Amino acid sequence: MYENRLLGFTYVTPYVIGLLVFTAFPFLASLGLSFTEYNLIDPPYWVGLDNFEYMFFKDRVFWKSLSVTLLYVFMTVPLKLVFALYIAHILNFRLKGINLFRTAYYVPSILGGSVAIAVLWRYMFADYGVINLILGAVGIDPVPWFGQPGWALFTITLLRLWQFGSAMVIFLAALQNVPQSLYEAALIDGANKWQAFLKITVPLITPVIFFNFIMQLVQAFQEFNGPYIITGGGPLKATYLLPLYVYDAAFRDFEMGYGAALAWVLFTIVMVFTIIAFVTSKYWVFYSGDKRS
Amino acid sequence: MHKTLVSQVSPEALAEMRRTERRQQINAAIRYAILIACGFAMIYPLLWLVGASFKSNREIFTEIGFLPLAPTFEGYVEGWKTSTEYTFGRFFLNTFVILIPKVLATAFSSVLVAYGFARFEFPGKKLLFAVLIGTLLLPNVVTRIPQYLLFRELGWLDSYLPLWVPQLFAVDAFFVFMLIQFLRGIPRDMEEAAMIDGCRPTQVLIHIVIPILKPAIISVCLFQFMWSMNDFLGPLIYISSVEKYPIALALKMSISVTESFEWNRILSMTVLALVPSLVVFFLAQKYFIEGISTTGLKG
Repeated sequence: MYENRLLGFTYVTPYVIGLLVFTAFPFLASLGLSFTEYNLIDPPYWVGLDNFEYMFFKDRVFWKSLSVTLLYVFMTVPLKLVFALYIAHILNFRLKGINLFRTAYYVPSILGGSVAIAVLWRYMFADYGVINLILGAVGIDPVPWFGQPGWALFTITLLRLWQFGSAMVIFLAALQNVPQSLYEAALIDGANKWQAFLKITVPLITPVIFFNFIMQLVQAFQEFNGPYIITGGGPLKATYLLPLYVYDAAFRDFEMGYGAALAWVLFTIVMVFTIIAFVTSKYWVFYSGDKRS
Repeated sequence: MHKTLVSQVSPEALAEMRRTERRQQINAAIRYAILIACGFAMIYPLLWLVGASFKSNREIFTEIGFLPLAPTFEGYVEGWKTSTEYTFGRFFLNTFVILIPKVLATAFSSVLVAYGFARFEFPGKKLLFAVLIGTLLLPNVVTRIPQYLLFRELGWLDSYLPLWVPQLFAVDAFFVFMLIQFLRGIPRDMEEAAMIDGCRPTQVLIHIVIPILKPAIISVCLFQFMWSMNDFLGPLIYISSVEKYPIALALKMSISVTESFEWNRILSMTVLALVPSLVVFFLAQKYFIEGISTTGLKG
């Protein structure tokens, strides 16, 4: 019925145009730009590998930004996934009021990326903010949430953890598809609940764990709103994630070439991690009907 | 018969059964305790925000509880005026002027493209679909600078065109993917019957596919609404005059200007900024949960 090839292609034409104009061309153009110096006034000037040479050998801000970014990603992604899976596991016990809890956990992930929530975070964790008031009430000294490099990164991390709800909803949907009979069979065979969870449930949902992992990874590497609004990248560049550096280079200092070079380095890092995840996935991700076990 | 069965159960077995039951109750209690504690931590920031928006500045700095002791609308009244010549209403209006065409364009283009992918065979389809999946993972940061330069060449800076126009071309692969997944789960019988009756694919799309796709299209619109409400970097890069600011930029501006001690003004406007998303979420909760569970969209 749908044999009209031309018509089929007509329907996807908007996507093809969008792909070429707004994705493929900019993607390649930014690689090209990364070998130039371009300040928007003079035409782009070819400088070869100068941008990268400066970045890797002279730019201490880049190395600081890179290490902060990696630290941030390695803290947020595993913590968020483990927490999301744990809460989904508890919700999966078919308790009463499960929908209420699911909603309460999900709302922050819907709102969490907004400027409004970043502003809220900034005021809650301020020196005289409510968090320090609460700590004071139980006799704990105020914490310099944004004043000290270590704490500042932690506070930004907390904002991301607070948004674990979307990953949790995906986990919960997967857990609800795990046949209860398998689980009960394991219990009868003498496994305790923890073993049954690790040996039966977790392997069965590895495709979803993998999916969530990739998504969280790609998103965490691109975090911008939180640190930009809450800390502005400070103190001492402790929350100066690479997307902030790209923004500053390109849209504050108008160094388009250097910004593009930074963006391509960030892209390459994300790609490397994604490829590693995909390559190793065959050892730990199991699809139903898979012969290996 | 029943009686004899019961009498045959040994006292030890009965005690064991009671122990199991008790253990299950304790487990359930522990689970509830964890859920409630976490739920409280999740919701507390929002509760505090709403409470604080009705407090005086002095009370914000001194009281922990989220219910204001002396409720006041001062934050809302003063915050609404903003430090610019415009009221916050202007920024709300701008937000919706950006948002509504963006959402409609997304739904329109995504449906067309998803229909093409899910139902037709054409040369290069496999490759194109692989590219679509690949772009799901492509970090936007790598395309942003040339996109900016492109819109600059077109003279679109400081207008809403850079935020609107790309959506006509299904640039958010997420939505296309979501609709394709949904369409694949639907049998083609009805569509084929209609075609045998002489309907053309375009008619089939309008009269059969779109009505069936309705829940998925609503999910697409809702997610695009939320993401556009949350979008900050787009307006930050493209919009420079204050009269065109959406809420996100206006809020950012207000914390830079009234930083000092006018907290309740900022918090009041923060509450208002969250209201549209919250209202939409609670009106359409099931579409979010379904949308995210079936395709695993980011939230």
